[in-house]
Amino acid sequence: MSQGTSSDATSRQTLAKVLALIGRYRLLLLASVLLASLTVVLQLYVPILFGDAIDQIVAPDDVDLKALAAILVQALALVIVSSVATWVMNMVNNRLAFHTVKDVRARAIRQIQRLPLSYLDAHSSGDVVQRIIADTDQLSDGLLLGFTQLFSGVVTIVVTLAFMLSKNVGVTLMVLVLTPVSFLVARFIAARSFDMFSRQTETRGRQTALVNELVGNLRVVKAFGHERKASAQFKAINDELQGYSQSAVFYSSLTNPSTRAVNNVIYALVALVGARLILSGRLTVGGLTVLLSYANQYMKPFNDISSVITELQNALACAARVFELIEASPEPADATTELVSHGGEVDIRDVAFSYDKRERLIEGFSFHAEPGTKTAIVGPTGCGKTTFINLLMRFYDTDAGSIHVDGQDIMDVSRASLRRTYGMVLQETWLKRATVRENIAFGRPDATDDEIVAAAREAHSWEFIRRLPQGLDTPITDDSLSQGQRQLLCITRVMLCLPPMLILDEATSSIDTRTEMQIQEAFDKLMRGRTSFVVAHRLSTIREADQILVMRDGRIVEQGTHAELLALQGFYTQLYNAQFAGSADLG
Amino acid sequence: MRKLLVHLHDYRRESVLAPLLKLAESLMDLLVPLVVAAIIDEGIARNDQGIIWGRFALLIGLAVLGMAFSFAAQWMAAKASVGFSTKLRQALFDHIQGLSYRELDALGTDTLITRMTSDISQIQNGLNLALRLLLRSPFIVFGAMVCAFAIDVPSALLFAVAIPLLSLVVFGIMLASIPLFARVQEALDQLLGMTRENLTGVRVIRAFCKERQEVDGFDRVNEALTHMNEHVGRLSALMNPATCLIINIATILLIREGALRVQAGALQQGDVVALYNYMAQIVVELVKLASLIITINRSLACARRVQDMLEIAPSMSYPEALPDKVPVTDEAVRFDHVSFSYTTTGDAALSDIDFVVRRGQTIGIIGGTGSGKTSVVNLVARFYDATLGTVLVDGIDVRAYPAGALVDKIGIVPQRAVLFEGSVRSNLLWGNERASDEELWEALATAQATEVVRGKDGHLDAPIEQGGRNLSGGQRQRLTIARALVKHPEILILDDSASALDFATDLALRRAIANLPGDMTVFIVSQRTSSVRQADQVLVLDDGQLVGTGTHDELMAACEVYQEIYYSQFPEDRPRVGHHATLQEVTA
Repeated sequence: MSQGTSSDATSRQTLAKVLALIGRYRLLLLASVLLASLTVVLQLYVPILFGDAIDQIVAPDDVDLKALAAILVQALALVIVSSVATWVMNMVNNRLAFHTVKDVRARAIRQIQRLPLSYLDAHSSGDVVQRIIADTDQLSDGLLLGFTQLFSGVVTIVVTLAFMLSKNVGVTLMVLVLTPVSFLVARFIAARSFDMFSRQTETRGRQTALVNELVGNLRVVKAFGHERKASAQFKAINDELQGYSQSAVFYSSLTNPSTRAVNNVIYALVALVGARLILSGRLTVGGLTVLLSYANQYMKPFNDISSVITELQNALACAARVFELIEASPEPADATTELVSHGGEVDIRDVAFSYDKRERLIEGFSFHAEPGTKTAIVGPTGCGKTTFINLLMRFYDTDAGSIHVDGQDIMDVSRASLRRTYGMVLQETWLKRATVRENIAFGRPDATDDEIVAAAREAHSWEFIRRLPQGLDTPITDDSLSQGQRQLLCITRVMLCLPPMLILDEATSSIDTRTEMQIQEAFDKLMRGRTSFVVAHRLSTIREADQILVMRDGRIVEQGTHAELLALQGFYTQLYNAQFAGSADLG
Repeated sequence: MRKLLVHLHDYRRESVLAPLLKLAESLMDLLVPLVVAAIIDEGIARNDQGIIWGRFALLIGLAVLGMAFSFAAQWMAAKASVGFSTKLRQALFDHIQGLSYRELDALGTDTLITRMTSDISQIQNGLNLALRLLLRSPFIVFGAMVCAFAIDVPSALLFAVAIPLLSLVVFGIMLASIPLFARVQEALDQLLGMTRENLTGVRVIRAFCKERQEVDGFDRVNEALTHMNEHVGRLSALMNPATCLIINIATILLIREGALRVQAGALQQGDVVALYNYMAQIVVELVKLASLIITINRSLACARRVQDMLEIAPSMSYPEALPDKVPVTDEAVRFDHVSFSYTTTGDAALSDIDFVVRRGQTIGIIGGTGSGKTSVVNLVARFYDATLGTVLVDGIDVRAYPAGALVDKIGIVPQRAVLFEGSVRSNLLWGNERASDEELWEALATAQATEVVRGKDGHLDAPIEQGGRNLSGGQRQRLTIARALVKHPEILILDDSASALDFATDLALRRAIANLPGDMTVFIVSQRTSSVRQADQVLVLDDGQLVGTGTHDELMAACEVYQEIYYSQFPEDRPRVGHHATLQEVTA
């Protein structure tokens, strides 16, 4: 019970937020609701006029053409007005829905640029995409339009009842009492089919998993001549699914015929009672026509409302997810001072940092890098080498201590100016879905083709770019380039900007020897004379570094030169012997 | 669609009966207005209670009969559509399993899985709806018109005008919006792509301070999407009001015409009511039909995709039996001037490869990524056919082996260490269904995996989750090696299978394999020179060419590519650079 009320409260909050969100479109929502009521009343009134008209046609000598004409002209006018009103309402609804969606998405994309990395790292990109695309659609379709539908459904029921009452109280009460029967039937069937549906869903899930496994690894299946057994395994689950599906499909398809049958019985009863009322002079034939046509449509708004309410609950949940995203607190305000870099000296003093503030990760970490020196960061996979990058680039802020670049505290300068000071090449080779040229010129959109080609030559990427079908204009898709080529493009992107400091992440994935040598050469060129931080996997990089930071389980455990660290006989020595000796890659 | 429809064969009876029963149901619906007319014209007009009660009973009877027909129809439709999709799914699964690697490469795993799952579900749904409803709506529409003509021809002419007009509006708007909806979907996909890109690239975007530009790009697509939405929205906004207008105007004209006909004595009041009721039935059915056609259209597209897949013939064929004369030879594998490319138009993955492997030898294959190492072993197992030249195993052309015979000889450990849901035992038994527990433990010992399995609860019965995700990469890799060893293969292929193993385990593994009894031929594919240096023969590949063959020492003396690879991994050994004796000892 308390859970119900608390979720009601959240729903109310979400609704209030939605109203605030649609702001200037609130008038549209009002117009939509008013137009909906208008069309409902008009559309429901038309059958009454038709009933009246039929009452003018009793027998060959009893047809009042004049009265009939007047009624029909009235009906025509109402029909035209109601059609126009429906059309305007549809247009209003479109505007309301599409513009709300557009505004919410525009806000969301801006929010993404301002959210702290801690938020984005904690949410999978699929989840955030879902909020911005599907949930936002639900917010507008399900919530705003659902609200209009709900409203017009209620109006339909009230107006129908009122009109029916005006024709005959007894028949109206009868319809009112019998209608729930149809609901009960529907619910009875739903309860019966629910069990089958959940079994169907569960079995289908298992089948999909099996398909993913066997078809996804078909090469292994074939290599072991396992096809017959796989087929039998699939058949077992497929036959099981057939049983459940057949029942689920059958039971669920009983709802419509059953409720229709109940409706038909109600219809027959109205005809019977109506006919007897006519005989006793308390109803006209036109009145019976009206009652019959209402009895026919009476169930529809109930069905609509029940489906809209299910939809609304879902839409509210979606809206809450959208709000959670667009209302998350952005990164703290930025300093306006620009970082002025000269040389690239980095000084880290007593820094403490952890992702989960309840746990301690890095504490009392101090480190100094002279301008133009190279620092290697090493450690086993998953030891948190990216933490260091996160702090240098201010993707995350330190909990205590300070980081100075060329004597300026990075907290006192704008993030943009700090980040522009670094060139960054990460292991995940992110490229835009755009042309090669646009990707290389990402940091300097004004670069000329000559500059781009020069950078590409420097970074050894020109060799493959010029062999691409459209050269620099070749669009990049997810799998059009090899991992090594993507890495080279990322290097070229930095090569074009040539910032004073570098953050590099050597690739661990298997890249062929030749490309790897090219990447190494490009890295070496970039690093010449620049303060560089390299997440290192290669022995040579580590040995040539001026300083080495050794990380383990997210902490920095040792620091010094190669010789100093070997002399320590500590974790570095262990790491070196286990992984570096005997093979070039650290994996 | 013939390849699909054969699977409906067992459900012929149901597929015919379902729509017929549905027609019977709609016939009941069509009779209702006539009965109501009788109540008015005969019962009320003549003040005959008996007729009213009789007609009421008839209405109830029609309702009950209609429901019974409908239930039967739903059962037939459910049985036929679910049965059909079950058979189709099995057929597709078996068909996919029969395809060769070349087709699998071209199709891609995602496509195969979509066809197997969501496409077939859509087809089932579409078939079910089509069996139940496709005939029903047109039947009611035309039935209503026929009834109208039966009542009164001049009034019924209004139906003959209204129905085509309504169809024109409903189907016109629908057909015009389909391509527009497709474009909306495209724009939405683009927006989705940009959103994802902004999230996955957030560090790079911030590092380059490109937040503003990304937002601008997003806004442009967002704006375009909204425009397109409004465009198609304007069209579909017409549907309701237009149909409503047409049907109501038709009704007005109908009542007017009816009045004149009643005045002329050609019609009764109840007939007018019946005509009015028929008019109301039409529009509901037309709208239902339009949305039904959209669903069925979507299912047909899925059906075509599944059909296309079923029509793909495997590119490999196998003879029934081995040739009668089997040569006696000690050559386990021979490549006779073999060239190979993965696609018919693409670059050669292997060109003119020529080598001989004697039974019991250990062969190292080394080279960079894309040099063709995996291609060589793929040809040995005949996962692909060579474009030129011949591959021979035990002196017989691989193409002369019947299906499954070659695979039986070969134990392969693929690059990607994949295990399947089940237990350690069920996975190992893939190699040989009849292997005893001792044999499994022997294979595990050789694969250096004894400790891995001993460390799990249940040992051989320890559960393996899907894809083996409850194991580390190194553990998975050792189990896949054991799986291949359980087979006691004549030829063992380790395709870069030690990449997740540390150096010591890799070494122990190679020693254990070398010490196995019998004369198993072993291929070790690797990027590490340390993994192949003890091999009897090393094949050095570079860009699809065989650039060196020989032992480690021979290659160090003569093969430039091999030297390049070696020195990139052991820079200490490069001449003129200081010599680190300690490292040498470790690797020896």
